[in-house]
Amino acid sequence: MRELRIRTPLQALLLALVLGYAGILLLAPMVAITQGALGSGLGKLIEALLTPDVIDAFELTFLLAFGAVIINTIAGIALAWVLVRHNFPGKNVVNALVDAPFSFSPVIIGYALILLFGRNGWLQPANFQIAFAWPGMLLATIFVSLPFVTREVQPVLADLTREQEEAAFTLGASRWRTFRRIILPQIWSGLLYGIVLTFARSVGEFGAVAVVGGSIERQTETATVFVFRAMDDRNLIGAYGVSVTLGLLSIAILVVMSLLRRRPAR
Amino acid sequence: MTDISLPSAKAPLNGDARPVPRPQAAWGAWSLRFAALSYLAVFIAVPLLAIGVEGLGGGLETFVTSITRPAALNAVWLSVWTAAVMTVINTVMGTLTAYVLTMYKFPGKAVFNALVDLPFAIPTLVTGVMLVLLYGPQTAIGGFFEKQLGFRILFAPPGIVLALLFVSYPFVLRMVQPVLQELEANQEEAAHTLGATPWTTFRRVIFPAIRPAVISGALISFGRALGEFGSIVVVAGNIPMRSQTAAVYVYGQVEGGNMQSASGVSLVLLAIAFSITLGVDFFLRRRHA
Repeated sequence: MRELRIRTPLQALLLALVLGYAGILLLAPMVAITQGALGSGLGKLIEALLTPDVIDAFELTFLLAFGAVIINTIAGIALAWVLVRHNFPGKNVVNALVDAPFSFSPVIIGYALILLFGRNGWLQPANFQIAFAWPGMLLATIFVSLPFVTREVQPVLADLTREQEEAAFTLGASRWRTFRRIILPQIWSGLLYGIVLTFARSVGEFGAVAVVGGSIERQTETATVFVFRAMDDRNLIGAYGVSVTLGLLSIAILVVMSLLRRRPAR
Repeated sequence: MTDISLPSAKAPLNGDARPVPRPQAAWGAWSLRFAALSYLAVFIAVPLLAIGVEGLGGGLETFVTSITRPAALNAVWLSVWTAAVMTVINTVMGTLTAYVLTMYKFPGKAVFNALVDLPFAIPTLVTGVMLVLLYGPQTAIGGFFEKQLGFRILFAPPGIVLALLFVSYPFVLRMVQPVLQELEANQEEAAHTLGATPWTTFRRVIFPAIRPAVISGALISFGRALGEFGSIVVVAGNIPMRSQTAAVYVYGQVEGGNMQSASGVSLVLLAIAFSITLGVDFFLRRRHA
């Protein structure tokens, strides 16, 4: 649809309303936190960010995010493939189940994992700690970020034409080679977008990892869990500093997202 | 444009399911399908099953007892009504934002278009911390509201609604925007040429086209708000009967080791989430039919 220049007062009013709303809702809080973090000077802020607690927390956050990205990328492509190319009974149910993590509260996901793997958990193995340790937190992170790769790859796969693929196969290429050389290049940008979303969601997760990890200081504390404890302990500079760092990371992610989106149509 | 975390309002996702005929492929296809479905079963179905069994395994009576405790009922009610208030505001503002982003030309539009995705990227806990810094009792705005107007924003329902508005801003907007972009410009122009006012054009031409997307976006943001935790636990605190939402209640019960009493509220939240998923599916599918 063509774009209009603003001409009538009504149009100007509408634009002002929308920009004002977004400004108050989104921008004002960002300004507030930047001020809060820099309130006692940049030196104090850097000092607060270089404490071992904070470094450990970020390390765990990134390890969990990378783990979730790897598993959800490989399994997500397979799942998208099966949902697009295979027909089987109950496919609609499976398709709906993929979206489950979007609509379920992260706290409930953490709770479910504790039921399974906590003390007296139904599936808790004898000599391997899952709940209140990183494996449980990884499971939680995988759960909350599971749909992204699948949902980004699925429509692209569905749109692919089959000619090239069939030609490659006729010419004797193996399935893996056909996938790698013909299909992967075509789904690449959708896949990348899904990976960025998976990473962003994993880094920002709080409820699920806080519940299943038990928020043990310096052991099961991710960056977000650290912020929560720091707010409780009135370690405000630490809380604001880590929040601003996470905020900057999300802005970087937004920039990457809009660059990926601006690419020519696949 | 690719939607983030939203079911696509455009193409059905099944594609061309006709298998390429390959004699030796059956084994590989079966194992791929088995692997993909077990992934979904292990990571999603088993945890959901666990909650179902915990909630209903003790019989219906245990479930009713755990959900009818005053603190539990209050928490569910608080979640529902704050989410409803948010949904009304967010649906109107999200639709207007989508309209402005599609129809108008203004400087800084590209930046604005990227900025509205911020709530998708920023951790919700950080959202909560930001709101505390802006509206807390010791800040200028929070102090003004408390002293001059006599009510608190934080640790009270207004803070919850604000947090929900922040986290769900993109949902309606990103559902409606692609539909608006696909609208035929000439329909709107024809209406205009025939003498329709802008309001009539909106009501008779534009709104019917975007209605399924608006409703789905509203449902999705409502569902998302019911489960929201990170921003609310910071903004609202954890005061039973006053500012404790359903998700915060479940958190409190699990932290306190009361697994059974967390199960009732969890099941209710799961049931609502399922219904919403089905509802969205219904509205989007009707549009294609």
